Amino acid sequence: MRARATRAVRAAVAAAVVVGLVGCGDGAASTPADGAAVTGTVMVFAAASLTESFTRIGRDFEADHPGTSVVFNFAGSSALAAQIAQGAPADVFAAAAPRSMATVTEAGDADGEPAVFARNQLLIAVTEGNPKGVTGLADLTRPGLTVALCAEQVPCGAAARTALDAAAVRLTPVTLEQDVRGALAKVKLGEVDAAVVYRTDAKAAEAEVTAVEFPESAGAVNDYPIVVVAHAPNPAAARAFAAHVRGEQGRAVLTEAGFQTP
Amino acid sequence: MVSRPVAARRRRPGVPVALLLPALLGLVFLVLPLAGLLARAPWGSLPRRLAEPEVLTALRLSLQSATLATLLCLLLGVPLAWLLARVAFPGRRLVRALVTVPLVLPPVVGGVALLLVFGRRGLLGGWLDETFGITLPFSTAGVVLAEAFVAMPFLVIAVEGALRGADQRYEEAAATLGAGPWTTFTHVTLPLVAPGLAAGAVLCWARALGEFGATITFAGNYPGRTQTMPLAVYLALETDLQAAVVLSLMLLAVSVTILAALRDRWITSP
Repeated sequence: MRARATRAVRAAVAAAVVVGLVGCGDGAASTPADGAAVTGTVMVFAAASLTESFTRIGRDFEADHPGTSVVFNFAGSSALAAQIAQGAPADVFAAAAPRSMATVTEAGDADGEPAVFARNQLLIAVTEGNPKGVTGLADLTRPGLTVALCAEQVPCGAAARTALDAAAVRLTPVTLEQDVRGALAKVKLGEVDAAVVYRTDAKAAEAEVTAVEFPESAGAVNDYPIVVVAHAPNPAAARAFAAHVRGEQGRAVLTEAGFQTP
Repeated sequence: MVSRPVAARRRRPGVPVALLLPALLGLVFLVLPLAGLLARAPWGSLPRRLAEPEVLTALRLSLQSATLATLLCLLLGVPLAWLLARVAFPGRRLVRALVTVPLVLPPVVGGVALLLVFGRRGLLGGWLDETFGITLPFSTAGVVLAEAFVAMPFLVIAVEGALRGADQRYEEAAATLGAGPWTTFTHVTLPLVAPGLAAGAVLCWARALGEFGATITFAGNYPGRTQTMPLAVYLALETDLQAAVVLSLMLLAVSVTILAALRDRWITSP
């Protein structure tokens, strides 16, 4: 009895949601300027640091555009750029660094100019509670303090290098990680005392690490560009998704995740 | 000794198409990616790229750590294989399954698992540090440990297979003639399974040489200390595809040369 009642309630709620969605979905939102209907699958290639926020943005987008489904391929920006260059069926490319985006635009794989939709800043992630009392970059050179940085070949490492140079801090890390998640994991596991990571990554792990802001990070801000891929299998939906990311809803999600939005 | 008459060898049946075709397809499948690497290699700038000191440092570290890891695997893995093959103890099937865990585990997870044991806050790591002053993460010893963890199953499985396939009557005969268990093992069993042992060691070494996930997770990445060739290749891929191709080819060329040389010297293949 109760099970059936629950099911009935669920069905009613689902129906209401669907009606609501259809209500939201019709009109200008799902029909972009060129008149093509926004429907079907959108394949989004996005930088690994966008995993949480883009997953949410994707759900919002699907809710706004019934009949669409957003599929993500999250990986390092340069790996994604290489996949697109090799003809991967991407609709949208969101990179964590202008350099990876340049790989795509220079190869003629972009439809239009990329637009910066978010900025990310560095901070120092330390062991929860900051037991070593780290207050800035200079503290990281203290003897007995182990530090993980990203390798300079990846965006977070390049930004960290810029910030360290700006602070005139000579630092010998114990490891140069392949990506920001690797550096953060070393702090979470307690293998290093501190790592220079993005604000968004530290925020996503705020239960396990403590964030220490430092002034030099203002000079090493990382831009995140987005573009519709040339020969996208679903160009109408691709444009709608890119617009959604830069729109009010997208910006709200990104800001909440710790990004700055233009 | 069983010696086969020469005539029997000549009467070897022809190769059935049902075997030949998939065999050739399999070979093409394995070799094509190599052809892809060769096709994309920047041959003109090759010598300059190879002479870069960081490349040679990473290569030397790779060869050293893979060799040390193989020695460690031989030291621990051969006795383990012998135990599994020769001693019927309760729970043997379970132990045999446990040995393959590193094969199934994604290497990055293996690296995390190693940190949870040998890391600063690990089950043994803290004690090792306090008692002996040994810290394994972010050290070359850590690289060796990570590689040995991932590569040991290859050795154990190969050697156990060889031991189980070997004729135990030779060992029994040695015992009857008065040889102790240890002498039997070193003078009869080991020579008997030498080809399997060599094959296992080669597999183990090759796997250790190509190890990436567990190494970067457990030992980190620092040039000269823990940055092996696969790590250098991965990072080169971030900025310069051609450099990554060169590094991969170099690792391949060196390992194939070494394996071929070893095969000629120690493994008598038909």
